[in-house]
Amino acid sequence: MKYQVQEKCLTIYLPREVDHHNAEEMKREADAVIDRNHIKYVIFDFEKTDFMDSSGIGVIMGRYKTICLIGGEIWAVHANARIRKILTLSGAAKIMQIYDEEDKV
Amino acid sequence: MKNTNEMEIRFDSKSVNEGFARVAVASFMTQLNPTVEEVADVKTAVSEAVTNSIIHGYENEIHKVSIRCRIEDNVFTVEVCDKGRGIENIEEAMRPMFTTKPEQDRSGMGFAFMEAFMDTVEVESEPGKGTKVKMKKTVGKGREIWTTQSL
Ligand SMILES: Nc1ncnc2c1ncn2[C@@H]1O[C@H](COP(=O)(O)OP(=O)(O)OP(=O)(O)O)[C@@H](O)[C@H]1O
Ligand SMILES: [Mg+2]
Repeated sequence: MKYQVQEKCLTIYLPREVDHHNAEEMKREADAVIDRNHIKYVIFDFEKTDFMDSSGIGVIMGRYKTICLIGGEIWAVHANARIRKILTLSGAAKIMQIYDEEDKV
Repeated sequence: MKNTNEMEIRFDSKSVNEGFARVAVASFMTQLNPTVEEVADVKTAVSEAVTNSIIHGYENEIHKVSIRCRIEDNVFTVEVCDKGRGIENIEEAMRPMFTTKPEQDRSGMGFAFMEAFMDTVEVESEPGKGTKVKMKKTVGKGREIWTTQSL
């Protein structure tokens, strides 16, 4: 998993495809980093991502459960139209801030 | 006469094959001249059904998952089958947000995505025997030709 930690903020750079196959390791690593660095904000960066299914929603919702207990927030950045559709349909869009820049389709 | 074509694949229920299954189905589908969006819809639906066979059907044991695709004019049909543990209550399983594995961060959105992205989704399942998910989608209204994009 590619990530960066700045103070209490963790940015996760998601891979091209977020599915069950790569979600498992991401969850493990993200939880370890969140725990170790007392993370309060998690940013999911979809810059490189063109595919995500419900396993990706599980990654987001699961981290939200941890983060919201300590009053933190989760964000999505660089999400293309497809990813936004998946976030909206699943209800994940309701619990996270989706940072809108110029739509890249 | 109808223009028909079929293909079948059978693979181990390993998570690494989820990506393979999506690409194989998407590439068979190209002959219908689908839009980028239609290909993405089918890939998501296939990914959901295959992942379900792996984690719920076989509970991470290695057995076979099979996919059968059929083209009939502009109707694309895809069936995903496993011979795993099966589903007791199909109606309940298909309800959005219903999951039997909340502890594994599943959110119960798989069937909801299949239904959102395909025209029809039919599930046949018997406890102890296995599960078959049959999905259909009419494709190829042909706005943007997706073959110019990468898989
Ligand atoms: N092939 C299958 N074999 C056995 N049970 C299944 C199968 N597919 C689905 N199920 C059952 O149906 C439920 C709902 O499936 P669905 O894909 O909607 O959600 P999920 O897999 O639990 O979560 P998500 O897909 O969001 O990760 C599952 O929790 C499981 O109990
Ligand atoms: Mg599922």
